[in-house]
Amino acid sequence: MSKKIRFIQGNEACVEGALYAGLDFYAGYPITPSTEIAEHLSERLPQVGGKFIQMEDEIASMCAIIGASLTGKKVMTATSGPGFSLKQEAIGYACMAEIPCVIANVQRGGPSTGNPTHVSQGDINQARWGTHGDHAIIALTASNHQDVFRITVDAFNLAETYRTPVILLFDEVIGHMREKLVIPEKGEVEIVDRLRTSVPKDVDYHPYLPREDGRLPMSDFGGEHRYNVTGLFHDMWGFPSNNPKIVNDLLRHLVDKIDNNVHTITRYKEHFLEGAEYIMVSYGSSARSAIHLAQNRRNKGEKIGVLELQSIWPFPTELVKEKCANAKAVLVVEMNMGQVLAQVKAAVRNPDRVFLVNRIDGKLITPTDIKQLLRVIQGRGV
Amino acid sequence: MNRIRLVFSGSGGQGVITAAIILAEAAVIHEGLNATQSQSYGAAARGGSTRSDVIISDKEINFPGVTQPNILVCLTQDAYNTYSSIIRPGGTLLTDSRFVQTTRKVDAKQIELPMYEAVMEKVGKPVVFNICVLGTLIGITEILKPESVMAAVADRVPKDFLTMNNRAFDIGLVLGSQYRR
Repeated sequence: MSKKIRFIQGNEACVEGALYAGLDFYAGYPITPSTEIAEHLSERLPQVGGKFIQMEDEIASMCAIIGASLTGKKVMTATSGPGFSLKQEAIGYACMAEIPCVIANVQRGGPSTGNPTHVSQGDINQARWGTHGDHAIIALTASNHQDVFRITVDAFNLAETYRTPVILLFDEVIGHMREKLVIPEKGEVEIVDRLRTSVPKDVDYHPYLPREDGRLPMSDFGGEHRYNVTGLFHDMWGFPSNNPKIVNDLLRHLVDKIDNNVHTITRYKEHFLEGAEYIMVSYGSSARSAIHLAQNRRNKGEKIGVLELQSIWPFPTELVKEKCANAKAVLVVEMNMGQVLAQVKAAVRNPDRVFLVNRIDGKLITPTDIKQLLRVIQGRGV
Repeated sequence: MNRIRLVFSGSGGQGVITAAIILAEAAVIHEGLNATQSQSYGAAARGGSTRSDVIISDKEINFPGVTQPNILVCLTQDAYNTYSSIIRPGGTLLTDSRFVQTTRKVDAKQIELPMYEAVMEKVGKPVVFNICVLGTLIGITEILKPESVMAAVADRVPKDFLTMNNRAFDIGLVLGSQYRR
């Protein structure tokens, strides 16, 4: 038996991805349907010299990973909707203080405690705007375990590259379903390590003074340099400031560092898109149903394809516009009331031909659910 | 190979879900196939009725749910009453004669076997009932090699309990093979 092939839940694939990426520290408060991430990390992380801590709640978990990240560790936490709500204030702090961290949200039905053991994709907009104030954020997702692994590694890489929180938006079906994962050899997938300052000890280190390329090298907090970290607008030393120029420049920097790199951050997959007259835009577990349907319809000669989004934020507007340019109709397949739908409508030239195919009852949307609406849109009845 | 869609159903504690996982794991790890396993999940899983869906294929599997199983296993009357109607016409429906009274209303090859009784008589431990069911299933359908399933069992079961599990599996294999398709 090869040790590299595993048959595991999506949550465990996320764990394998995090460990591959070099996770050092996890703090969390277990919540369905993300619990297996904490469960497996509590066993695996100490085995590779990392630290696992179960905190008193989600807020403390988020704050703990922010602190650990500042000291030079690769960090993550995992949660679901109710916990994700609690983490929002601290996520904003990490955005403002530019602290790399990864937050996995295995989505369940909401609002509030909602539908704990059932699937939903209702936190798309919360990932974007859950914390207050203008800011940019990166949110990624995946529809199968190989991609869950890969996108988790990407999340750590992007967090380090852009010094930002990165949100992994998985869902209950992906988290709990078991399927194959082939773990890549060491070195097969690129790992981005932290950019640390070359400023020597006892020489002034400016934690928020960008290099020429715009990046901010870090210094492990509590190490060689003393500096301030705050959620207030701050100067190059990290000290609070309400100087209009400093406020203006910092806010633009926080937004631009991500929004100007949409192209680099965008991750997606195409399924049967060539010559497609009908395009389904989907992501996460609902994409599996869309791909299933597209495959069946293609076998019957219908021109239908799937654009599977793996990065949701920053939204890949140009990509969607380009890929959907020649489609007769676009179907957004998701398990919410149209959160990605709004983005797709804003992206394409003909928003009147964009339709929502959704399911919000806690059950995974089926290929038949999609097919029924597709036939109506095609003018072929139910 | 044709895509195989299975539904395992029964009561929480019978090992229904473990059996489904072992079968799917055997397909992936020991036969190089693709498989997905998903399950109903909730408060009802403990003591209430449970269901697990498994798809095995040599091709990519996208939608992981099973709407019409080729193979349906029902280990309680409740499960039988709830799920027997979803079987694909001509499929195989396996029940345990101690727990289920069949009505034979569906177009399927219905096989009732005294798996529980056989386990209790020859092994004496109800805990390996699910492994006996797996053996029976393999005996009837030959969807995987018995060695593959046993290897997956060995990966999961503590060493001291392996002999017991092997015996339960063999009992099932013999029971099932008389109904080989």
